[in-house]
Amino acid sequence: MPELKMAEAAAKPADTQVLSVNDLQAWYGESHILHGINFNVGAGEVVTLLGRNGAGKTTTLKSVMGIIGKRTGSIRFDGKEITRASSDKIARMGIAFCPEERGIFSSLDVRENLLLPPIVRTGGLSLDQIFDLFPNLKERLNSQGTKLSGGEQQMLAIARILRTGARFLMLDEPTEGLAPVIIQQIGHTIARLKKEGFTILLVEQNFRFASTVADRYYIVEHGKVIDGFANSELSANMDKLHTYLGV
Amino acid sequence: MQALYAQLLVGLINGSFYALLSLGLAVIFGMLNIINFAHGAVYMMGAFVAYFLLNNTYLSIGYWPALIIAPIVVGIFGMILERTMLQWLAGLDHLYGLLLTFGLALIIQGVFQNYFGSSGLPYAIPDYPAIGGFHGLQGGINLGFMFLPIYRGWVVIFSLVVCIGTWYLIERTRLGAYLRAATENPTLVRAFGINVPRMITLTYGLGVGLAALAGVLSAPINQVRPLMGENLIIVVFAVVVIGGMGSIMGSIVTGFTLGVIEGLTKYFYPEASNTVVFVFMVLVLLVKPTGLTGRAA
Repeated sequence: MPELKMAEAAAKPADTQVLSVNDLQAWYGESHILHGINFNVGAGEVVTLLGRNGAGKTTTLKSVMGIIGKRTGSIRFDGKEITRASSDKIARMGIAFCPEERGIFSSLDVRENLLLPPIVRTGGLSLDQIFDLFPNLKERLNSQGTKLSGGEQQMLAIARILRTGARFLMLDEPTEGLAPVIIQQIGHTIARLKKEGFTILLVEQNFRFASTVADRYYIVEHGKVIDGFANSELSANMDKLHTYLGV
Repeated sequence: MQALYAQLLVGLINGSFYALLSLGLAVIFGMLNIINFAHGAVYMMGAFVAYFLLNNTYLSIGYWPALIIAPIVVGIFGMILERTMLQWLAGLDHLYGLLLTFGLALIIQGVFQNYFGSSGLPYAIPDYPAIGGFHGLQGGINLGFMFLPIYRGWVVIFSLVVCIGTWYLIERTRLGAYLRAATENPTLVRAFGINVPRMITLTYGLGVGLAALAGVLSAPINQVRPLMGENLIIVVFAVVVIGGMGSIMGSIVTGFTLGVIEGLTKYFYPEASNTVVFVFMVLVLLVKPTGLTGRAA
């Protein structure tokens, strides 16, 4: 029964989709930023959105998180429609967001920053596990959050969302402006999180870094997803990629 | 010398009210970005709720329960104001919040004036519980160098405890960390799963409740009058400006300090006692426009 087999094969990926975004449109005030974004993220995958500055990658993450004022289309997480949900409800469903500007609070010390996001479900990393990943943080617990170096702030920004029990992480340009040795450390962290079963949606401009961790890529341009391929197809798509990213 | 100590005590009492009120203003400003001109009106409402509780024939609820009930009742009233009106001003210029709350203050005070006129209603110092030779907070103690009315000592100490408790809540607890974080970046705090709009409502309720508490404390000293908050709030705004808008400890320290400075002025140069706070404000603004403890906006 070849037909049945095909139907099974087609149904299977849909079952394991953690996030599916269909025809997502979004606006900042009057300006129309996203013009129909389509992509999926499967359980346990690391998916990277690539694209130039201003293409709409960050806006896509923010739309999923529910912090863009006006959005239409469909965003489904774990099979539930979240397009109209408020961001606190979305977070409580198990999505954690690490913003591009890192969002470390200056009026909180490192410990308070780390403990700020509430636990939304069981299964988050313990503090010991977090200090194992980021030993630097343990020594700086009483420092003011914004007194940390850029790299330490990025680690803190990632560390604090690992505690919450959210299994779906959205990281917006975690390597931006960091030294190569720290980028490497963040790469190891992402690889380890992936091994522990986290699903990660990454936004990156640095595709060399992305290629060390990603399973699949989507190319975002002018508020649309214009292409997508697996990591194994990266070398075959290198020329296209150079054109898309203008590098 | 007796007169000096007496004025110092008056200064500390006024300082207590300044601190409680400016603390609430600071908390509200930090979280809602609103300069709450209705603060004097809710202070007055706190005193009136205590008055109603005591003089209602069916309730006849005294001072001690009123100390808890009045801030809760007025706090709920504040939360209703926030939900129905203030929340719509989020993201707009300060001026809108200032004008709206100023209008609310005029309406609230006008309604009370309509029913109760402008003269003061008496509210007695509580005469219970009787412990030892004391009857509640009535009477006084001779400290040797001065006579201390017990009620006044109580107001100063209790206000200090409430101020420090509020400071601890905001600067040292997890809930306070949410508050401070949401003051900096409400969008991100909400994206972590915290219901920030509800927290804003509760914060407004807390600030307004602190003002109502000050109102109850002041009822036996200043009587209960519809316009009791109107003059006070002007001085309190000067205190907030001097201390630095939005700083918790700054509000507390500045509140008590300026009360004392005012008291000392009453002793050494009474003519200037009504203006000394404003002179001080001008001096501070000339040297440090963000206030003594304020961060640059």
